[in-house]
This record gives sequence, C-alpha cells and structure tokens, in this order.
Amino acid sequence: MTSSPATASGPAIGRRRYTKVDPIPWWLKAFGGVVVIFFILPTLFVIPMSFSDAATFEFPPRGFTWRLYENFFTNPIWLDSLSNSFLVATLTAVLATTVGTAAAVALSRMQGRVARFVRTLLMVPIVAPAIVVAVAVYIAFLGWQLTGTVLGYVLAHTAIAVPYVVVSVTGALGGFDPQLLRAASSLGSSPSRAFVRVTMPLISRGILTGAIFAFIVSFDEVVLALFLRSPVFQTMPVQMYNSVTVEIDPTISAASSLMVVAVTIIFLLPQLLRGRARRR
Amino acid sequence: MSSNKIRWPSWPLLVPALALLAGILLVPLADTLIRSVSTPGWTLSNYSNLFTDGVTLTVLWRTAVTAATVTAAALLIGYPYAYLMTRVSPRARGILLVIVLIPFWTSVMARNFAWIIILQDGGPVQSLFEFFGADDVVFYGTTVGVTIAMTQVMLPFMVLPLFSTLGAIDRRLLLAARGLGSSPTAAFWKVYWPLSRGGVMAGVILVFTLSLGFYVTPALLGSPQESLVAQLLAQRTTLLLDFAAAGALGMLVLVVTLVLVAWANRMGGTMSAIGVVAAGRTEGRR
Repeated sequence: MTSSPATASGPAIGRRRYTKVDPIPWWLKAFGGVVVIFFILPTLFVIPMSFSDAATFEFPPRGFTWRLYENFFTNPIWLDSLSNSFLVATLTAVLATTVGTAAAVALSRMQGRVARFVRTLLMVPIVAPAIVVAVAVYIAFLGWQLTGTVLGYVLAHTAIAVPYVVVSVTGALGGFDPQLLRAASSLGSSPSRAFVRVTMPLISRGILTGAIFAFIVSFDEVVLALFLRSPVFQTMPVQMYNSVTVEIDPTISAASSLMVVAVTIIFLLPQLLRGRARRR
Repeated sequence: MSSNKIRWPSWPLLVPALALLAGILLVPLADTLIRSVSTPGWTLSNYSNLFTDGVTLTVLWRTAVTAATVTAAALLIGYPYAYLMTRVSPRARGILLVIVLIPFWTSVMARNFAWIIILQDGGPVQSLFEFFGADDVVFYGTTVGVTIAMTQVMLPFMVLPLFSTLGAIDRRLLLAARGLGSSPTAAFWKVYWPLSRGGVMAGVILVFTLSLGFYVTPALLGSPQESLVAQLLAQRTTLLLDFAAAGALGMLVLVVTLVLVAWANRMGGTMSAIGVVAAGRTEGRR
C-alpha cells in the first residue's frame, strides 16, 4: 500500500506523518498538570483542616481530633441549619423538577420563534447576576412577607433551579423518537397514558439528573439565602458564611468537608447510573 | 393522519414555569425598575447619582478592572488547556472536562473557605512566597486574592467555548503552514489563532460578564475598603435600606450583563456552553 504511487497513498502517508511530526509538547502536558492541581487542590485543603485542634483557621492544622465534627453534630445551630437546608432543597428539587420537566416537554414539541424566545427566557436566571436577583427578590419578598419563610426560600430557589432541569430534560428528550408515541397511540393508548408509559421511562435519567442538580443548586445557594434569612430560619451555607464573617468558628471546616464529600457523591450519582446503564 | 390523535396543545405545560419565572424574577425586577425611577417622584436622579456620588464610579471601575484581570488570567490558562483537550485521547479528554467542572460544582462556601485558608496571612501561599524571599506579599483582603479565587471558578466558562471552537479547527492547516516554510510561532499566529477567535471572543465576554456580579468571593476574600459592585449593591439594600438607589445600580449591572451575554451568544457557543456547564455533561453529543 505504501509502495504505490504518491497520488494513491497520499492520505495514508499524511496520516502517518501527522502523529510523527506533531506530538503534544512536553511543556503543554506539564502545564495541563499544573492547571489540574489548581482546579482540585484548593478544595481539598478543607479536609485536613477539619481535624485540627486549633481555635482559629491557622494552617497547617494542629493535632488530630474529631472535635469539630462532634461540635457540628451536637450544636443545635449547625444541626438546625443543616435540616433547614435539606427541607428547602428537597422541596425545591420536587417543585423545580415538576415545573421544569413540563416546560421541557412542551418546548420539545414547539418550534419557531416563540419556543426559542421562551427557551432563552428560561435561561435568564442562570446568566442574571445572583446579587441583582437577590436584591430584587428581597425587596419584593419584604412586601409579600415571604422573607425568612420556607415558602420564600423554596420559591426563590425553584426559580433559579428550573433552568438546570430544563437543560437536562431537553437533553434527554433530544434522543427521544416521537414515532414511539404514535405507535403507542395506534395501539390504543391515550396521550396521558402514552406519556407515563413511554415518554417518562425513556427520559427518566434526564429527569433524575435535573432533580439532582436542582437539589444541589438549592442546597449550596448562598446569595439569595443571605438576603432571605431570618434569625429563626437560615440555611447551612448562611451559617457557614456567619462562621467566617461574624464568629470565627472552625466548625466550618467540618461543615465544608461534609459539603464537599456530599456534593461530590451526589454529583457522581448520575455518572455512575449512566455508566451502569451503558454496561447493561 | 392518525397522529392527530396525540396532538393536544403543548403550551399549557409551559404555564407553571413561566408563572414562576414571572412571579419570582420578572415582577420583582420590574418593581425594582419602577421604584428606581419613581422615588422621589418621577425622576432619573437615582441613575444620575450613580455617576456623581463619587463612590459608585470608583467601585464600578475597580469591578471592571478585576473582571478584566480574571478574564485575562482565564484566557492565558484556559487556551492551552482547551488546546490540550483537543489533542489527547477521548478518555483523557473526558477526565480533563470533568476536572474543569470541579470548581463549578464544589460547594460555594467550602471553596471560598478553602481559599481563605490558603491565602490568609501566614497561610501556605504566603509562606511559599516568603521562602523565595518575597516577605510582604498579601493576598487575603486584597483584590489579588479575590482575582485568584475567581479565576478558578470562572475557568469552565472560558474552556468550554474554546474547546468547541479549537476542536473544529483542522490541524493539518498548521502542518501545511510548516510545510510552506513557516516557523511554529508564525504558523500559530497566522493560521490557528485567527480561526480560534470566535471561541476566544465568546469565552472572554462570558467570563468578563459573569465576573461583574460576584458577591460571596469579594465579600469573604476582599476588603470593605476595596469593595466590588455586588458588595455596594448589598450594602445599599440591607444596611442603608436605600432601595431606589440600590435598584438603579442593580438595573445598570443587569442591563450591562444581559447585553454582553446576548453579544457573546451571537459570537456563538455561549448558551450551549452554559448548557454544558449547567448539565455537567462529560461528553457532548459526539
């Protein structure tokens, strides 16, 4: 093959040269390695800190003790903020998933200008600066007496979580063949039954991913929560914020480590599910 | 057609999402806008005050400079990284993509707290500088520290549009340039860089825009003396309770942001980049 005239084997020679002449330079690989460290390392610093015996944020950590974890799980302020966050994030995930899935299904069936406009509109909460949204929501909620209430938190968090659900369900619907619904209908299924029996199972992974993202968005949200907080109801990120700014409370390192581990596990969940489904 | 049987109108399914968006976002924003032009009486004074009160302009300028520095740093780090992503095996590419998304999905407070530990006085970074003889470098409570922490979390927004643009460039063009006697540097600047400019523009505008609205990082790592616009906005709302002035400033930030994002979107890739970041997709549709 390689011995044939240049005109016939042109591409083959070209491809072989390609790898030879064009290696990835070593400095680029080294640079990539440094950037990877820049991405990962900082967050890992909180884990050794969470076992420190010091009363401040000093680094390197001193000694080894479970004291901070013990404090986290016995101090009512931290425990309340944790359960508040769970409550708000769970309700947000349920509401945002329902609303967002409905919107994504509707958008997948619509075409043209209106659909494109609505799609862009639904992305606004992601691009609008959180602080501007927080200020506007805070002022409005003061008037509606929603600040410091579970309902206020859930509504505000749902508004910013819906786009994530729409994106992930839209992605799942992209691989969905509408002919299947026609088949279901021709076999005598009603539209709502066809949705539950055909559409839902096929996009369930997209819905699950969306629900997980909605939960994390709410569980981790600081800016809106800082404005909506009340002395009697605040979420865990707000308590963490307080422990850096108001009290110098090293318990935050335990809280941070738990957050990092929890979010990582939750975030890896859809990847693991996807990996398992692929192997099946 | 039998398909008519399953055609029931789709728009009612959109109603809950749009109602929520309107009630929680659009109405409060409209309310803020109206308040900013109707207090006291119908006036634009809240807006003209932004440019004459002496504080706002300084803070806006500082915010723009910080955002520009973050953008430049993100481009310098993100461009080679995105390029590397186009060159490695698909498996390694997937890993590099997950890694780039890590700061975005690690807890906001945990990440900022980690930066406090690292950048604080007597912390590891300062010790490192002292070791090399630079004794008086301060990161905590300065815009330098804020910039470092912001760059880390903004990188996905630079890398993703760049990756999609660089991945589409035919690298054989570079070899052709080399074959025609060009030096590697000249081949890069004359062939590769011009082809990548769309992605660069999208990433630059996106990172700059999103950097303008940062609140938690400057509030925790910066100092009140060197506050950025988000801190000013929060202060005017919760401490001074001057809702009209805060509203005017908020509207200014919002309009600048949305205009820039729309522009970046026109350059291509922005909305899909946000989509990828939002959905944490590891491998696109390829």
